[in-house]
Amino acid sequence: MTDALLTGDLPLPAHPDYLRDGTSLTSWLTTTDHKRIAILYAITITIFFFMGGAAITAVRLELFMPNGGLLTSDAYNKLFSFHGIIMVWFFLVPSIPNTFGNFLLPLMIGAPDVAFPRLNLFSWYLTIAAGAFTVYALLAGGVDTGWTFYTPYSTMFSNSHVFAAAAGVFVVGFASIATGVNFIATTHMLRAPGMSWFRLPLFVWATYATSLIMVLATPVLAISLLLVMAERWLGLPIFDPAQGGDPILFQHLFWFYSHPAVYIMILPAMGVVSEIIPCFARRRIFGYDFMVYALIAIAGIGFFVWGHHMFVSGQSPYANLIFSFLSFVIAVPSAIKVFNWTASLYRGQISFEAPMLYALGFVGLFTTGGLSGLFLASIPVDVHVTDTYFVVAHFHYIMVGGAVSGFFAGLHFWWPKVTGRMYPESWARFAAILMYSGFNMTFLPQFVAGYLGMPRRYHTYPPEFQIYNVMSSSGAAVLALAYLLPLGYFAWSLFYAERAGNNPWGASGLEWTTTSPPPPKNFDRQPRVDRGPYDYHPEGESAGLNPPEVQNAREVR
Amino acid sequence: MNPIFWLPEATSLAERVDHIFYGLLALSALTLLLVFMLVVVLAVRYRRGSAARRGPLPEIVNREFEIGWTSITLFLFLFLFWWAASADLRSLAAPADALEIHVVAKQWMWKTQHPSGAREIDALHVPIDKPVRLLMTSQDVIHSFFVPAFRVKQDVLPGRDTEIWFLPTRTGVFPLLCAEYCGTDHSMMRGRIVVMRQQDYAEWLTQQPEGDDLAHEGARLFVARGCSGCHAQSSSVHAPKLAGLYGRTVQLSDGRQVKADDGYIRDSMLQPKRDIAAGFEPIMPSYAGLLDDGEVQSLTAYIRSLAAQTGKADD
Repeated sequence: MTDALLTGDLPLPAHPDYLRDGTSLTSWLTTTDHKRIAILYAITITIFFFMGGAAITAVRLELFMPNGGLLTSDAYNKLFSFHGIIMVWFFLVPSIPNTFGNFLLPLMIGAPDVAFPRLNLFSWYLTIAAGAFTVYALLAGGVDTGWTFYTPYSTMFSNSHVFAAAAGVFVVGFASIATGVNFIATTHMLRAPGMSWFRLPLFVWATYATSLIMVLATPVLAISLLLVMAERWLGLPIFDPAQGGDPILFQHLFWFYSHPAVYIMILPAMGVVSEIIPCFARRRIFGYDFMVYALIAIAGIGFFVWGHHMFVSGQSPYANLIFSFLSFVIAVPSAIKVFNWTASLYRGQISFEAPMLYALGFVGLFTTGGLSGLFLASIPVDVHVTDTYFVVAHFHYIMVGGAVSGFFAGLHFWWPKVTGRMYPESWARFAAILMYSGFNMTFLPQFVAGYLGMPRRYHTYPPEFQIYNVMSSSGAAVLALAYLLPLGYFAWSLFYAERAGNNPWGASGLEWTTTSPPPPKNFDRQPRVDRGPYDYHPEGESAGLNPPEVQNAREVR
Repeated sequence: MNPIFWLPEATSLAERVDHIFYGLLALSALTLLLVFMLVVVLAVRYRRGSAARRGPLPEIVNREFEIGWTSITLFLFLFLFWWAASADLRSLAAPADALEIHVVAKQWMWKTQHPSGAREIDALHVPIDKPVRLLMTSQDVIHSFFVPAFRVKQDVLPGRDTEIWFLPTRTGVFPLLCAEYCGTDHSMMRGRIVVMRQQDYAEWLTQQPEGDDLAHEGARLFVARGCSGCHAQSSSVHAPKLAGLYGRTVQLSDGRQVKADDGYIRDSMLQPKRDIAAGFEPIMPSYAGLLDDGEVQSLTAYIRSLAAQTGKADD
């Protein structure tokens, strides 16, 4: 007997879930179902992830020896540039927002779809078009400016395919903006009855804050790249100092986008972790409202710290002071989040399935990355370590240790909901631990190499740094294996794993009240919300062993 | 080559930077330890089904707790800012008696020039215990002058001078690296800084091939490139006289005022239409493309040297 019958409702006519509702290729390529678009994105970014990964594999192999030998300097420069461009704009920025955000935002707020379903599909096509530009740039001979496109190198001196690559990033920016607008509208307009702002799950808040940044910051990226293209092809002397231009102007524009972009990458991962830790600890999240304010504070202050990338660029020393100050300030809300996740474990009933392992790994790696950020906010220390491997280690701790761990945490957590199948737990736990170890083996030595003075983007390097590069490259091999493993067992699980129930983790949250996989319009009955998120136990109590009472819809469609 | 496991502290600044660095390192290690311990201890103690006490939450776990640790973090970070920023402010201005070295960066080499006129490529010899001030410019893209053992780094920009200074406190040979990606052979744009005892430096200087110092070379260029045709004392063309100009505040024809510093003088040569001195016609042609950056530096040095002769030149 089904739940519906138990509660006295009439059974609904059976219909296929979203995966089986149309199986032709056309039904996928013309779909406006947010869940199918999420799958399209997932496939796309997986391909990009392994492309960017392949590029950096060659780089790490080359760095085993101080004088290389496998690659020419130009090839090396093109490979790390390709790695950066692909990983930032074609993997990290769309990773969680466009896959889990797309899939979960409507489910979590009790809506049948996003506000603008066709715009959603359009945004995916833009991503594909942009990816085509960028991959063309690679096939045609590559681009060697680094992902930062610094002028005047990119405008006047590089002989590589800067225009195509910049055009690709320019276009993918519009995909970002379209998604951001869509999510903002969805959160404002499509919340289920009773789903007030402070009943939103933190993942929704994180997606909302991310969308705000996307909409406000990405146009500035478009402007800066448009100016690069204009100077390159029309000869407008915007950044050429000989004609009165200013190369530093580009850095200001670029980082005005690219620093907030770091938060585009990390906020959604914070959202994911904030869903997972309460679920596996059976606890309400500690300090829900503080978590919300911290998200908003990070998104807001994030717009005013870009100058900390430019302490040695020749900008005013007084500007340096202000940016240093604000960079310390923005560390406060991040610290609040770490403390709150930790405190959420207190008096829990904690179990350690793979999503929880990834989430706890996230907390450790994000904390390490965040603390190394304090070094970079301190001007005298930053002067020494900026543009060295210290910075490389720092942002990989945030964006790979943080964002990618968050991505894998979410992937395991919602895999049963997305596919209707469980994944193999032992393999997943093994991969989680391997990923954590491999990550630290790769990037911890880079902090040391950076402090000792190894500059980033060096094809050849002084021999005293070899030991650190060998450690790093060996760690990268472990990390690569840890990234390939899930590809294997997830694929296996699609066909052979046991079927998942509606709510295999005993989680709160509306997405777990519908079937796995959900029907095309998500809910057979309009959900009504009568409580806050993370309702795992009564207020003021400790965790209990029972899963939360499922809140669901008794209302008619 | 620096040692493998530690980095020499070869300037007065290096020690201060390391103090902050190790302070932050200790703080980070403690914080990390705290978070890891908390996560591990809580995760083990409250694993599902363990016998640890649950029941109603104690009063202490509440909003005040949250506000408490937020404020502690905030004050700690403000202290760190103050600590680092005051160290930064103390090292901003170079001492007046600093040895002035001109650096020109280009893909992919460093050119340095001593006040005596001696030039070096991918190397710089400096005396110990004497402050050294570098005036740097780039001929092409952005580079960055990075000496890890000195804890100094400064981007070197085209079309603009940037400067840093340091006080070497230890003799030896230290790597110089380009830290801003500048194209194909970025990683080969390396050199060495040789810190010598003062008498060794003096001796080394005398052994260098004769070269005019910058101001003398500038004086030669001033005539050779035709600047003197308008700007010399004897010229009949109505053009600003340059004696005593350097360091003065100049009135511009559009009402603005600027200080005649290196940047202004460079702009006046390369983009003369930008800042027209009050009372003059915009007749000067641009020298962009006609002077390389080294020549611009020499001419600037010459104009600067004229400032000292104000008294006798103005009559």
